[in-house]
Amino acid sequence: MADKTFAEINAKIRAGKAVVLTAEELVQLVAEKGVGPAAKEVDVVTTGTFGPMCSSGAYFNFGHSAPRIKFHRVWLNGIPAATGFAAVDAFVGATALPEDDPLNTNHPGEFRYGGGHVIEDFVAGRPVRMKAAGYGTDCYPRRELETTVKLDDLNEAVLFNPRNAYQNYACAVNTGPRTLYTYMGVLKPGLGNAHYSTSGQLSPLLKDPYFRTIGIGTRIFLGGGTGYVVWNGTQHFPGIPALPEGAPPVPAGGTLAVLGDLKQMSPKWLRGTSMLGYGATLTVGIGIPVPILNEEICYYASRPDSDLYAPIIDYAEAYPNRKPGTLGQVSYAALKSGVINLNDKQVLTAPVSSYHKAREISATLKQWLLEGKFLLGEPVQLLPGPDAGIKPKSLEIRGSGRRNG
Amino acid sequence: MAPNKIVLRFPASISDKPIIFHLVKDYDLMINILKAHINPHKEGTMVLEVEGSRAEDGLGFLRDQGVVVQPLTEEIVWNEDQCTHCGACTAICPTRALYIERPAMLVHFDSEACVICQLCVRACPMRAIEVRF
Ligand code: SF4
Ligand code: SF4
Repeated sequence: MADKTFAEINAKIRAGKAVVLTAEELVQLVAEKGVGPAAKEVDVVTTGTFGPMCSSGAYFNFGHSAPRIKFHRVWLNGIPAATGFAAVDAFVGATALPEDDPLNTNHPGEFRYGGGHVIEDFVAGRPVRMKAAGYGTDCYPRRELETTVKLDDLNEAVLFNPRNAYQNYACAVNTGPRTLYTYMGVLKPGLGNAHYSTSGQLSPLLKDPYFRTIGIGTRIFLGGGTGYVVWNGTQHFPGIPALPEGAPPVPAGGTLAVLGDLKQMSPKWLRGTSMLGYGATLTVGIGIPVPILNEEICYYASRPDSDLYAPIIDYAEAYPNRKPGTLGQVSYAALKSGVINLNDKQVLTAPVSSYHKAREISATLKQWLLEGKFLLGEPVQLLPGPDAGIKPKSLEIRGSGRRNG
Repeated sequence: MAPNKIVLRFPASISDKPIIFHLVKDYDLMINILKAHINPHKEGTMVLEVEGSRAEDGLGFLRDQGVVVQPLTEEIVWNEDQCTHCGACTAICPTRALYIERPAMLVHFDSEACVICQLCVRACPMRAIEVRF
């Protein structure tokens, strides 16, 4: 079979003739008909994920006040935004917290409001209280400003997430004696539960594990609007991990940097999130279309939950201390069943990312493609895959050379 | 004295001891067990009605045994429109009152099974669960 091209598939989408399936539907089709026939029949497969993604944020241009100010500090609903750009640009990160937040002083802290909630409030069209401080210059004389702004009042509001859509993620457990409050949720002591956070067979980067179709310029569903892959995400380590015998080798550590116009997005798909004892973050909805250019791409896009594995990581010891090693690998089919067997113990499992919403995203993106209102973005450059040989670097703690006692 | 509804939480170390029996025998209380549940970690939760003149002494005895005693004056409200069906509450809930329907992967709340331990309230990242008094 000759490879299809992005242009051919886009022509079919425009003509309303493209065959589009969600990744769940492709799993089914390939189980029934085999990879070869499915690859011929299907043009695009849609994926989805809806989970907390801490490396998210948004930048804004607020327009100029009279007299003008150059932001030295900015707070949005009490959350400090990053300045250090031009006069009235600022960036709010999803995990930013109020300066007077009690944090974890009364452990576990609640983190009821943070940067992710500011982004949700903006997207929902709610008024946001803004304070800014400047230091006064001849061109920007104002030193203080306090006002209320809404999304429509701003020049630009852009969601820009440096790391989203983790290809695969740990199944988090706690072998220790006390309850742990983590970004993977509440982990009960003595292997009391196991939490995982990808949508498995619907998860975008598990469906194009070798980055054969995803790259800079890939058009995606982002927060309910249209967004783009703009680079690889931070900590993009698309190498192939050790897996149980018989499991198809699939890379695991790829990530995406994504960007899109916040003004098109919806609070349904961008939710401020509070992880008890950990902090605030943003839950982001992402869906990526995978064009079925050939059989190999079809094969990987059709891998079911039973072929996809998550490493089991102990958050009592190994994770916080950056110790290597896992407690094994577990398939997403087992995780989704609600209980896994670990160290001769039946351990209840729960997701922290919503499979139900991931499914809704894949169905929405499919609808957009069928209606011809969403075309594939052909990457100007694919992202580095497993062959790139990217190795993780860690931060070593070095002395300053001068002892401070 | 009118019957008093309370919630008891038993740590695993004592959930197999005949503690309720002592309330009846030693403190002369009338007990009506409304809900009882032991999870796979052998932690128990129980909702009781207690009646009798020595009810306070009986509850003091329970506390001495390591039981957490709370009055049942609240109810748990699950706001489905705020819930994203992430599932993060389901393995924490000791009685599976919050549970996932498979394969739809939808989260449901069964108020009958809820023992108002409130563990889910702060654990829900979307703040979709509230206590109402
Ligand atoms: S943790 Fe909250 S949002 Fe998630 S399923 Fe439970 S109630 Fe719904
Ligand atoms: S309060 Fe929450 S965690 Fe406790 S039993 Fe009820 S639903 Fe489950």
